[in-house]
Amino acid sequence: MLDHTDAILEMKDIVKEFPGVRALDGVSLRVRRGEIHAICGENGAGKSTLMKVLSGVHPHGTYRGEIILEGKPAKFSNIRDSEGAGIVIIHQELALIPELSITENIFLGNEVRGRGGIDWLTARKRAKELMVRVGLHDDPDSQIKNLGVGKQQLVEIAKAISKNVSLLILDEPTAALNESDSAHLLDLIREFKSHGMTCIMISHKLNEIAAIADSITIIRDGHSVETINVPEGERVDEDRLIRGMVGRPLTSRFPEHTSNPGEVLLEVKDWTIRHPEVSERLVCKGSTFQIRRGEIVGFAGLMGAGRTELARSLFGRSYGRYVKGSMLLHGKEVSPKNVEQAIELGLAYVTEDRKVLGLNLLDAIRTTVVSADLPRISPRGVVDRNAEHVAAEKYRRELRIKTPSVNEGVMKLSGGNQQKVVVAKWLFTEPELLILDEPTRGIDVGAKYEMYGIMNSLAAAGKAIMMISSELPELLGTCDRIYTVSAGLITGCVDAKDATQEGLMRLMTLVPTNTTTAA
Amino acid sequence: MNALKQLFGGSLRQFGMLFVMVALAIFFHLLTGGLVITPTNLMNLLNGNSYILVLAIGMVMVIIIGHIDLSVGSVAAFVGIVVAITMRDWGIPWWVAFLLGLALGALCGAWQGFWVAYMGIPGFIVTLAGYMFFRGANQWVGKSLTVPVPTTFQYLGAGYLPEWGANTGMNNSTLLLGLASIAVLVWMQLSQRRALAKIGADVPPMSVTVTRLILVTIVIGYLTWMFGTGRPGSSFPVPGLILAALVILYSYITSRTIFGRHIYAVGGNRLAAELSGVNTRRTYFLVMMNMAMLSAFAGMMFVGRANASGPFDGVGWELDAIAAVFIGGAAVSGGVGTVVGSLIGGLVMAVLNNGLQLMSAGSDATQMIKGLVLLAAVALDVWQKSQNKPSITGLLFPSRKKEPGETPAPVTTTTSS
Ligand SMILES: Nc1ncnc2c1ncn2[C@@H]1O[C@H](COP(=O)(O)OP(=O)(O)OP(=O)(O)O)[C@@H](O)[C@H]1O
Ligand SMILES: [Mg+2]
Repeated sequence: MLDHTDAILEMKDIVKEFPGVRALDGVSLRVRRGEIHAICGENGAGKSTLMKVLSGVHPHGTYRGEIILEGKPAKFSNIRDSEGAGIVIIHQELALIPELSITENIFLGNEVRGRGGIDWLTARKRAKELMVRVGLHDDPDSQIKNLGVGKQQLVEIAKAISKNVSLLILDEPTAALNESDSAHLLDLIREFKSHGMTCIMISHKLNEIAAIADSITIIRDGHSVETINVPEGERVDEDRLIRGMVGRPLTSRFPEHTSNPGEVLLEVKDWTIRHPEVSERLVCKGSTFQIRRGEIVGFAGLMGAGRTELARSLFGRSYGRYVKGSMLLHGKEVSPKNVEQAIELGLAYVTEDRKVLGLNLLDAIRTTVVSADLPRISPRGVVDRNAEHVAAEKYRRELRIKTPSVNEGVMKLSGGNQQKVVVAKWLFTEPELLILDEPTRGIDVGAKYEMYGIMNSLAAAGKAIMMISSELPELLGTCDRIYTVSAGLITGCVDAKDATQEGLMRLMTLVPTNTTTAA
Repeated sequence: MNALKQLFGGSLRQFGMLFVMVALAIFFHLLTGGLVITPTNLMNLLNGNSYILVLAIGMVMVIIIGHIDLSVGSVAAFVGIVVAITMRDWGIPWWVAFLLGLALGALCGAWQGFWVAYMGIPGFIVTLAGYMFFRGANQWVGKSLTVPVPTTFQYLGAGYLPEWGANTGMNNSTLLLGLASIAVLVWMQLSQRRALAKIGADVPPMSVTVTRLILVTIVIGYLTWMFGTGRPGSSFPVPGLILAALVILYSYITSRTIFGRHIYAVGGNRLAAELSGVNTRRTYFLVMMNMAMLSAFAGMMFVGRANASGPFDGVGWELDAIAAVFIGGAAVSGGVGTVVGSLIGGLVMAVLNNGLQLMSAGSDATQMIKGLVLLAAVALDVWQKSQNKPSITGLLFPSRKKEPGETPAPVTTTTSS
């Protein structure tokens, strides 16, 4: 069906340098009209940079090489130019304004003009139409901040198709989404394709790529390694993608984990937490669970089930208002009232949102890594900069953070490498209980494997790990036990060995009755 | 360009501003027929600006945490008058009065810090209130009169170091100070090299260190000579010494201590800082309190220089301090800025002021030029950020653009289907 000779876009030998790094070192990309073209590669391989070159974020003249769009050379000097040519990009990090409504966000910078200003009535009507097209059935006046990530992503797409788009670029659109939201998004992309739109999609979720892509370009260290054209009706072999990305085969996705649970490290009883603003709403309803030393315990649930809220309320009450419940560490009751105390007790919480909650983007890598446990390297309140350097270097090596130097700012890192810095920051505190909230979001297969390896070795050293993840295969592959959470309630606890995705899904979607069930 | 970068470490921007300052000084020196770079004028420059620079030290910290303090001039005036009156009426010694002044400053700061940190009211509003309140308090306490201070107190704002020992043709205190600073800097450079080597980090080549030290020695030596050979009885001025001590102390605090790290963390991303165990409220509180203490300090230095405390002391100081901080590279949105940068920013303003004054430009022209300089400095910064250029020096010393094709890129593209 796809015409092999009809290329909508060709990028030839693109070279892009930043001070001290060559992010792209001769990448070529050929995209056929009407196809879904996936780009994959490790963190920092240059995928986002390539798309920023294409969309005019990095203007013509700041890179070398050639872009040929519809047979003609394209020289974009900003995003407006590229949008004028029908290229629309949805960036890795959502770029919506939380305080504005859906309508306002969709037409931001592209307002519907009427006589004497913006014609809100027409805008609202058009927003509604666009929302129907992407399958979003909310009030166009509701504020973005009241929507879940899945819906926010749909707003981004509505915004994109409100422009005259012929080539849509999606940079890790499903990284923050759960399975059903992701599936919906992929369906949407397929539908766009059937209407003749061309899509470029970056993703670290190889199963999605395999499911949707017509061709795949693999990028490694700023070079394009290969382009695979997938014949109609076939699936690309995921292992082949991994081999291309990593440069060597990966025998398994999850490292061997032998569970060896010890005494109970954390015990939580009847934990009940109110929403911080809406006081009649409970976000945790009498949660009771325990985690043993040496155990990796998963928490499965849909978006908004209250897993993050549970974790943050345990972590020094950094979320919501405490109602009742107790928390025991090593059998002794504790009640950390702030994060400082929680860290002192040996708790660590890797946030799910790295930009808003996890990082100070103005900071350097080395100072970020030590920032959650400064006292340890600061005798008499003075930071020992040598110790800091040593620590930062250690985690750069262990987590393979891709950067020319630990003195660089975290702003300059690729998304996945920023995530690794957040993880490093919490590993540095050498916690007894490590709470991971979607820790592998946006990181590549190789790094995921290493991440699981680190979790295993922590567990082997007698630490306990609480792992929140929306990816069920990941939970099944790494955990000893899995709790399921639905609407603030713990609805079940299963042994990972006996669990199946379907079984977990059933428990996760269980509509709880008034009785408090707990494992 | 690269050599410069190595020589001055990462802080090219500060170096750029320093360059601007020196260039301005030379420019005015030539224009006025040699009036600017003289011992007497340099002493005046330091004496007449050190209190603003002391304010800039505190202000940069306030701006880093994402607030602003408009009350500094009023707090300075309020503390000044109270100190002057207690010395006159109670006859307490100058150092007791000084400590009292600092304590009073801390109290004013605690009051404002409380509202900012624990009540969540923006610093702009709280200190706007303080701006009015403490100005009023100054006039209420002093009955809008000017109150003189004893000569002992004047040492703080216009004093000179003693003369002693053999005749070296220079003021010996200044000479000693100069030599000691050189020795300390050499020692610091060398021990830093050793530390870097020990942890296996990149050590700059010895030639760079030596060049750096030679440059520093020349600069300090020259300044020592300038300040040491003024009219008899003069030396490196006491306010300058106080300023230097405070700059060193606060540079150290902001860059090396846990508290300093917390300031940047809170300013860069308050939510992330909170989730990393930073007590954000305490940080806000302490920074606001510290600012008011430094205001008190500056106020007392000014009173010492003016020999009296009056109802219009400190008018407009807040704006000078804020301008210094922004010229020094701080960001309005918080999280960025350095003490040394603000010092240099303040010095740029001071040299500009001084030069225009010596050229007998009116205050109208001076104000207009200062306004434009502030705007230009910040605009340059913003523009550079949008251009992805490393710093202001990128402009002063443009590096050779790499030509396309200069470094042929190896291309490894294999296409299979
Ligand atoms: N503004 C910048 N300044 C300096 N270096 C940058 C900048 N943007 C990207 N880089 C560097 O370019 C390289 C490629 O980054 P890019 O964001 O394209 O990676 P990516 O393939 O999208 O990775 P990820 O999967 O983690 O999102 C990285 O090494 C990164 O550090
Ligand atoms: Mg990316």
